[in-house]
Amino acid sequence: MSDVPAAPPRKEAVPPGSGRPAFLRPAALRESGLFLLFLAPAITIFAVFFFVPLARLVHFATYQQNRTGTAERYRGWGQVGDVLTGDEFREGLSHTVSYVLYTVPPGLILGVMLAVAANRRLKGIKAFQAIFSSTLATSVAVASVIFFVLLNPQIGYFRVDWLSDPDMALFGVSLSSIWQNLGLTFIIVLAGLQAVPDELMESATIDGAGPVRRFFRITLPLLSPTLLFLVVVLTVFAFQAFAQIDILTSGGPAGSTETLVFKIFQRQQPIDLAEGSAMALGLFGITLLVTMVQFAILDRRVHYS
Amino acid sequence: MSGVSFEAVSKRFDDVTAVDAFTLEIVDGEFMVLLGPSGCGKSTALRMIAGLETISDGVLRIGDQVVNDVEAKNRDIAMVFQSYALYPHMTVTQNIEFPLKARKFSIDGGPPRKLTAAERRERVTGAIETLGLQELTKRKPGALSGGQRQRVALARSIVRRPEVFLMDEPLSNLDAKLRAQTRLDLVNLHRELATTFVYVTHDQVEAMTMADRMAVMSDGRLQQVGTPQEVYERPANLFVARFIGSPPMNTIIGEVAESGVIACGSSRIPFQGALDAGRQVVVGIRPEHLHVGDGSLEATVQGVEWLGHERHIIVDIAGSRAIVRQETDEGAAPDLGSVIALRTEAEHVHVFHAETAERLN
Repeated sequence: MSDVPAAPPRKEAVPPGSGRPAFLRPAALRESGLFLLFLAPAITIFAVFFFVPLARLVHFATYQQNRTGTAERYRGWGQVGDVLTGDEFREGLSHTVSYVLYTVPPGLILGVMLAVAANRRLKGIKAFQAIFSSTLATSVAVASVIFFVLLNPQIGYFRVDWLSDPDMALFGVSLSSIWQNLGLTFIIVLAGLQAVPDELMESATIDGAGPVRRFFRITLPLLSPTLLFLVVVLTVFAFQAFAQIDILTSGGPAGSTETLVFKIFQRQQPIDLAEGSAMALGLFGITLLVTMVQFAILDRRVHYS
Repeated sequence: MSGVSFEAVSKRFDDVTAVDAFTLEIVDGEFMVLLGPSGCGKSTALRMIAGLETISDGVLRIGDQVVNDVEAKNRDIAMVFQSYALYPHMTVTQNIEFPLKARKFSIDGGPPRKLTAAERRERVTGAIETLGLQELTKRKPGALSGGQRQRVALARSIVRRPEVFLMDEPLSNLDAKLRAQTRLDLVNLHRELATTFVYVTHDQVEAMTMADRMAVMSDGRLQQVGTPQEVYERPANLFVARFIGSPPMNTIIGEVAESGVIACGSSRIPFQGALDAGRQVVVGIRPEHLHVGDGSLEATVQGVEWLGHERHIIVDIAGSRAIVRQETDEGAAPDLGSVIALRTEAEHVHVFHAETAERLN
């Protein structure tokens, strides 16, 4: 094939503006303009409701204001540090952590039990599924009022005085949250259970596994991504709990139900922007950290198929 | 090792009868294939052996034991599912070991007990070697190909050393080449284990190639039991005749003309057996038993399909469509529209009752 004339050296087509870095060439610019246009609604929402408030929070937390908010003085991150190491923050955090422990594990276990009970082919099971998930449709206020009545020492069903007992009040408030979140937990776990193929259960049965072994060796591992999601969501819910505390105990008795969020709320009356903002920053940091830790730890033990 | 016996077993779902008075004796150590179209009740029958379906009526025995009320987990059977049903969160080794951890075993006739870790390891290693899974032990099912998953499912079933193996269309998720290979592997595995296999399929090739005996089912009823050769050569009724064989058996409506001859229009077909003259019958002749030239059947050529080593000549015999199978080297194909003479031998002619569809000769 030596008689074939060598092709003349081809000149690379040079697109206009090629002297500039790739992302600044006209085509790329046009595209990134388009990207920005598509992202604009999300960016706007995030900016208005998240970035700007966060920046304001940092500002309030590092400045000291007078009562009327007309004058302020820079105090720096030391002021945030003082609040986060103070007794108030520590007490609020301890109540919040207790609240998480009272609500998340029992809520999760109850939800899984309900979902397992309702995940069978029986006539009329749909009615039970609807009932079990109905708490999803109640508001926090309604749930709180229901439990306020149930726990009332005079007219209540349980006739206990938990809400005015400093040792039991937080637990009493937790009951209403557990009940209210049960619908969500139930629906999500039920969906997770229904995603487990019947044949796996049949195969495990034939392999000699009884119901208990099937549940712990097959169902639960396959449910783990669902449970991870719920642990994260329920923990964040518990961190954010406010209305049920405000309605049931207003933080009392003797401050025993003042969670972090509640303490932040209290800093409005009388107003203490600096301390409230610093606590809010602390809560934000802790929530972020807990979520990241949960994903990191549980991710290793979760089976995604 | 045990056989399995169905005595008039029925399964009803509300008002649907999936299996109807099914009676079948599966002999100890036999490779029995339950064959039928989808919805014929073969899978339900298998699931009743497994204990996954309750029995509405009749008696089911595994070995000498009536198992109607024995729970699935207490039956000594293993099952391979169509989807393989591997546990996705466990490695290959853990999957295979699962049945060993879940149940108790009676060793050398002793009382049932849990296996020790060493005993489990020995059995798992044995199963892994039998199925050639050594390279894959640490993988999870998600990282395996279809064929590999199928072998893991088989390993998990043999590790138990059960009395009976049940298989529900285990090859249908494999490609054609792998399926042919696995058919041979399964036959070898059956020979090696010498245990009862009950195998459900809708694929007659699987049934013909693997079965010691096959049970053909339709509409929840047993149609015929026999060796593949018996069923192919003497189908008990029209359903079996048409279901087994590819291309399917030709069926032509006719009338018994005299002793040993059936008239179908102007064609005369010889048969063996004694039937009263004037009787309406359905004649069945397999495509390979019709030969072109020099015979008493008159056929109009409607089409020719060339398949390389053979050709299928589609003809009309007395108003019924029929296929003639002809080796390519048996001469040229007839012209379209031409009328040709076909020949057949009396011993290859099947005669069925025109109404009941049962075999008459």
